[in-house]
Amino acid sequence: MALDVPENVVVSQLDALASWCRKNSLWPMPFATACCGIELMATGASRHDLARFGAEVMRFSPRQCDLMIVAGRVVMKMLPVLQRIWQQMHEPKWCISMGACASTGGVFDTYCVVQGIDRFLPVDMYVPGCPPRPEQLIQSIIDLQDQIQREGTIGGREFATRSRQQPKRALVELPVISLPRGVSHLPQGVRVE
Amino acid sequence: MIDPQTIAAATAAFPSLSWSEFRTDTRAVAPRDELYAVLEFLRDRRGFDLLVDITCVDYANYRGAEDRFGLVYLLANTRTNERITVRAFVNEPDVCVPSVVPLWEGANWLEREVWDMFGVRFEGHPDLRRILLPDEFTAHPLRKDYPLQGRGERHNFPVLHRAD
Amino acid sequence: MPLAAANTVEDLAQAEARDYLWTLNFGPQHPATHTTLRLVLMLDGERVVDAIPDIGYLHSGFEKLGEHLNYNQYVTVTDRMNYISPLSNNIAWHGAVEKLLGLELTPRCKYLRTILAELSRISDHLLCNGAVGLDTGAFTYFLYAFYQRELLYDIFEALCGARFTNSYTRVGGAMYDITPLVIEKIRAFVRGFPKTLLDMERLLDRNRIFVDRTKDVGVLTKAEAIRRSATGPIARASGVTRDLRKDEPYLAYGDFDFQVCCATAGDCFARYLVRMAEMRESLKIVAQAIENLPTGPVNVGIDERTTLPNKQQVYSTIEGTISHFELMMANRGFTVPHEEVYGATESPNGELGFYLVGDGTDVAYRARCRPPSYIHFALFPHLIRGHTLSDVVAVLGSLNIIAAELDR
Repeated sequence: MALDVPENVVVSQLDALASWCRKNSLWPMPFATACCGIELMATGASRHDLARFGAEVMRFSPRQCDLMIVAGRVVMKMLPVLQRIWQQMHEPKWCISMGACASTGGVFDTYCVVQGIDRFLPVDMYVPGCPPRPEQLIQSIIDLQDQIQREGTIGGREFATRSRQQPKRALVELPVISLPRGVSHLPQGVRVE
Repeated sequence: MIDPQTIAAATAAFPSLSWSEFRTDTRAVAPRDELYAVLEFLRDRRGFDLLVDITCVDYANYRGAEDRFGLVYLLANTRTNERITVRAFVNEPDVCVPSVVPLWEGANWLEREVWDMFGVRFEGHPDLRRILLPDEFTAHPLRKDYPLQGRGERHNFPVLHRAD
Repeated sequence: MPLAAANTVEDLAQAEARDYLWTLNFGPQHPATHTTLRLVLMLDGERVVDAIPDIGYLHSGFEKLGEHLNYNQYVTVTDRMNYISPLSNNIAWHGAVEKLLGLELTPRCKYLRTILAELSRISDHLLCNGAVGLDTGAFTYFLYAFYQRELLYDIFEALCGARFTNSYTRVGGAMYDITPLVIEKIRAFVRGFPKTLLDMERLLDRNRIFVDRTKDVGVLTKAEAIRRSATGPIARASGVTRDLRKDEPYLAYGDFDFQVCCATAGDCFARYLVRMAEMRESLKIVAQAIENLPTGPVNVGIDERTTLPNKQQVYSTIEGTISHFELMMANRGFTVPHEEVYGATESPNGELGFYLVGDGTDVAYRARCRPPSYIHFALFPHLIRGHTLSDVVAVLGSLNIIAAELDR
């Protein structure tokens, strides 16, 4: 039996509606540590405007945000702070790891920089670049919006799937090659004393 | 660049200083026991009122080095724009040097960083503790026997999952 | 992180008697701390009794990396120190390396580096003053400053390919020579910037709110500035007339007519005014330099064996081929004296210097960066004592603390 639906009624799924609302009002929590933080500020400034995509305010309070953008290198002294802020954010929450340093440690393969925050936090989107151009960051937010629309549920069940639960790593660590002293031009491997 | 009278006056007061010059830098090596007196003399009598930097070099792998740690004090004279570098060498096991915080307040954090990175103690420093690394860190990273990637401290943290 | 508070309060018994003080953690994640700084403030109501800084939240081991990367690779890392004006870090690093090697740059390269150093000085001061404006509530000023910085980014992108973190300099020269397009962009910037600077001054110079928030706040006297090793605009705003561009001229600064901007008050407002004035002087230098750019090569000649020769020389002359081979192949590279040197430049933040220890190979044995932000942050507890909580933000902004240079 066909239902006679008037013209100003839209029929959809509740999950799709909730995802549509959430994706278009992602409020970022900028966790800006270093140079990527400046590109994050430039993305929010007037030339590349992030507010067009729903990220109207960059609230610095974790209780009021849903999207944490980790921009910049995270050192081991800062990581507990980062984890605490992640825990303080309310569900549903997403994380973008912006830049090479947040995704894999970047240039800094040193004793104090965490080689990728995805070792310790669940990350949804990685943005490569050092620093990524504002257009790249905007693209990553658009991609995240598409992902939310595709997989989002109103109850947050998409986070309970096995693939989301397992920690995945952007960087697989190779064994360190110990080079003889004086050989410094080789592109791979870092000299270890 | 430096006024020759400064060199003459300093040598007259402290004969054990050895001088060298390289590309407009004038360097003086002072024995550790006279270091504080030399710096005080330079500040009070020769007008080197600006402490530019305090740093340390670990000469463990350096060709032709006799001592392990070389402390470097860079001074500048704001009136005549002279610069001078004063060096002092220390060896293990007695890796400590008098602090120059009474002379220049700016030395406070510079010495804390040298302690943090190299493990050189400064006697008389009001607050000698780690500044750049976490307090729980045990090693002194800029020493030559510490590897670049560290000894696993950077990944010694709990992992957060979505379920948490 | 546990902090020992006893060291900064003279008498511990006195501290216990004043237990009405409360502690506020101005944590490492805060919009007004420019990236990761932490301040533990001990407050009496709104008055700051003491401020204990806790740093190291961005310590990335730059100096240890300097012992593993060669002189041309490390310039990419120096970009990431003071990331507001990365070109001035590159120029400072290679200035120190060239001092160690005893290289004399070509006139064109000196002029180019001078122009870029001054443009990055404008960029840094725009961001510093913009951030002071933003933190004290002047959002429009911040947006004006950021728009001008976007124009500067366009210039840098046309020249080096990257908006910032452009590792532009190389030992003995630069990555690319300047093109006519870039010269035109710089000329357009020189023409258009004074008007924006006037607009920005009109917004804040006589603005009652801004002046009340920054005048007599965070006063640094001349004697204290010298005693605490302050350099750069902070020292000049306190009356210390020291500017390395005039006192120890490097690059092509001796050829230009510009003035050193100083003030005597030493408060936040003086620092703001000094930076605005310095931007004007920098623009004067750029305008003079861009019209008188000498012709010739950018890199030093092949005889020095430090810079890669251009491809024409590599393919047609034997010296070019040998030079290229010597520099590119592993286990070769240019030789460096077995000596130590300190090379400093006047970066926008203060005196940025590198203490280099060379050991013969083209990897530094020790690359120490003398960070102006680190030394200026040590001033902070001295400046903020007695002021209110809202002044913390103004003073912190006026000191231009860049966390990456602070922690290295």
